[in-house]
Amino acid sequence: MTLEIIGITVLWTFLFGYILIGAIDFGAGFFNAYSRITAHEHTLTKIIQRYLSPVWEVTNVFLVFFFVGIIGFFPKTAFYYGTTLLVPVSIGIVLLAIRGSYYAFETYGARGHKGYSFMYGLAGILIPASLSIVLTISEGGFISMVDGNPVLDYWMLFTSPLTWAVVVLSIAATLYISATFLTWYANKARDPEATDLLRKYALVWSLPTAITAGGIIFELRRHNPAHYVNIQDFWPMFLISALMFIGTVWLLWKRQKYGWAFILLIGQFIFAFYGYGASHYPYLLYPYLTIYDSFTNPAMAISLIVAFILGLGLLIPSIVLLMRLFLFDKDYVRGKGDYHA
Amino acid sequence: MGNEEAVFYSRVLTELTLSFHIIYATIGVGVPLMIMIAQWVGIKKNDEHYILLARRWARGFIITVAVGVVTGTAIGLQLSLLWPNFMELAGNVIALPLFLETFAFFFEAIFLGIYLYTWDRFENQKKHLLLLIPVAVGASFSAVFITMVNAFMNAPRGFDISNGELININPLLAMFNPAMPTKVAHVVVTAYMTAAFVLAAIAAFRLLKGSNHVYHKKALYLTMKIGLVFAIAAAIVGDFSGKYLAEYQPEKLAAAEWHFETEENAPLIMYGVLDDGEVKYAIKIPFGLSFLAHSSFTAEVVGLDQFPEDEVPPLYIHYLFDLMVTIGVGMIALAGIYWIGMKRRWKIIHAKWFRWLIVLGGPLSIIAIEAGWWLAEVGRQPWVLRGLMRTEDAATTSGQVDLMLILFALLYLILGVGSVVILTRMFRKNPVEQEIEDRETEKGGDVL
Repeated sequence: MTLEIIGITVLWTFLFGYILIGAIDFGAGFFNAYSRITAHEHTLTKIIQRYLSPVWEVTNVFLVFFFVGIIGFFPKTAFYYGTTLLVPVSIGIVLLAIRGSYYAFETYGARGHKGYSFMYGLAGILIPASLSIVLTISEGGFISMVDGNPVLDYWMLFTSPLTWAVVVLSIAATLYISATFLTWYANKARDPEATDLLRKYALVWSLPTAITAGGIIFELRRHNPAHYVNIQDFWPMFLISALMFIGTVWLLWKRQKYGWAFILLIGQFIFAFYGYGASHYPYLLYPYLTIYDSFTNPAMAISLIVAFILGLGLLIPSIVLLMRLFLFDKDYVRGKGDYHA
Repeated sequence: MGNEEAVFYSRVLTELTLSFHIIYATIGVGVPLMIMIAQWVGIKKNDEHYILLARRWARGFIITVAVGVVTGTAIGLQLSLLWPNFMELAGNVIALPLFLETFAFFFEAIFLGIYLYTWDRFENQKKHLLLLIPVAVGASFSAVFITMVNAFMNAPRGFDISNGELININPLLAMFNPAMPTKVAHVVVTAYMTAAFVLAAIAAFRLLKGSNHVYHKKALYLTMKIGLVFAIAAAIVGDFSGKYLAEYQPEKLAAAEWHFETEENAPLIMYGVLDDGEVKYAIKIPFGLSFLAHSSFTAEVVGLDQFPEDEVPPLYIHYLFDLMVTIGVGMIALAGIYWIGMKRRWKIIHAKWFRWLIVLGGPLSIIAIEAGWWLAEVGRQPWVLRGLMRTEDAATTSGQVDLMLILFALLYLILGVGSVVILTRMFRKNPVEQEIEDRETEKGGDVL
């Protein structure tokens, strides 16, 4: 394994971490706002707040970790992506800022403020859409070089069916992941009403997730034939992913083993995500940037990897502690006692 | 939009984001330490007031952390969006502290979540205090690492350039560059100082507004004492920073001090205005600058005449320097008088006008932080990497920076107003008298 592969694997893993816990977070914000509009408030809000409150800041760090890491390991991405992504990523930042701060305002400052919860619910659901544009652009075809500087063709980007397939997938998958997780969490909290409602949401959003995921592969055949061919080489991974998806939906349908349903869901996204990533190899931005020509110098690469290992030594026990105190603490999950500051 | 405009708007947007972010970031670095001290004093003295102080500070702190986190994410991404050429080059050399900063931030985020949601969960308050240590350490170390990146921009080290290529890269040398010790120390110490004075201002304000509760008096005494210690430390480190500049970055010192000719026995110029290249109404302290720069009254100090005209920083940074130093010295005096006055039981420190000065001290400390950053950053112009890369070569070529500037200005307006509204409402609705009463009924009256 070369340092380049280690670097991109680490980053891809952090991106996956962000997508997974970010999806739970964003979807939960949306369901929270939605439940207030549809008068399911008393059913959902408590469950959602109990899970989200201690971890909302951690979610954001995964994103920071990813974009700082990619500049560290692949400094040339700053030149290509930095120049072209000014507008889409700025919009993403604004949405993240509104969401993060309004979440805190609502939860800690003005408990139960409707306008705030609506703002963070809406902003949250738009974030995956605005950030997933980056994945579309990485497929190539939207950036041209003018006088040695990359320029993004917005018209082409916004009229491409691939763009919209990715946007719809990101929203559907966000709601699907979030609802499945919260079904399990609500069930653990022994709240049958919330469990039922969330189970319904999970089932509703499973179908568009599956359809758009398939649609993207279909779109790629036209848009980036080379990538399409590569994807076929990884067909077992996508098959496993599809089987796991069926397993999750089956368990949800049968109202059984929600914990396993969520684990299968993680598996489904792991196989799809890494399969997609591996088939994108070696390009970071097709066809301008590969992981080899953009990789940092060996001295920096090694020091980053050392820092990464030491950092994980600190982080993993801390995250385990966090999960044990909140996610897996029976009294906390069931809402016995209000311990917040 | 031409490239010149893109450079201009990129600079304005970066300045706007950072100026907004550092208000919340400074509080974010300083306040956890204050909470930790209050919690510790509370446990040691077995005084419920200090524990309550910690708890109420923590509650307000969450709101500022939220805004600090999201604006920090904004500046983190804007570095690549607005300065892609700079990040491409710097990423090769300085990525390590950037990366470490996210670790510190991660660490802080995890334990802050735990700390905030385990009040009353542990029988032993000391356990709860232990959770604060990683929060305070994580907060301070994010400041340390990110300031290392900034120090690198002032004193790029740890690589060689041969035929336009970077070779012999040494990430540790880049981190521990000559500007690092003074910069890091000054940033951390002034953050502690500012947080203490902001909290003191709140306590003084409550006392002025009719509450005469002993809780606020304890808060005021504690924060003023801490503020005094860190204000003195800030002045000492500030003096070292001046000596660093004289040695390594003389053009910044010369521009800040309006020192035009290289000379021995250099006088120090305080205040004054610059009119057609002539300094008017200034206070001149003979030999002052020589002593400040080299600890010798007769030493030679390099002036602006030694630099080509297009490498001289803007001269208005002198006003920023004056502002920062004046506020710093003023705060030492104010906190010093308060502390001595408390010991000797002077009447004036309980006078209304004196308390108003303390209230004023909070915002003034934040203004000093802003002025100090502007001085440090503008004083580095025209370079983004001193001696290596000019600011105009680092900026994006994108044509939409002006639109993004408007977008972010609106965002900061919303966040600024939102956080102030929430914070005032939070504490107005639940004054300390009310909370003490609530806790007494909750625990059956054996609290105080």
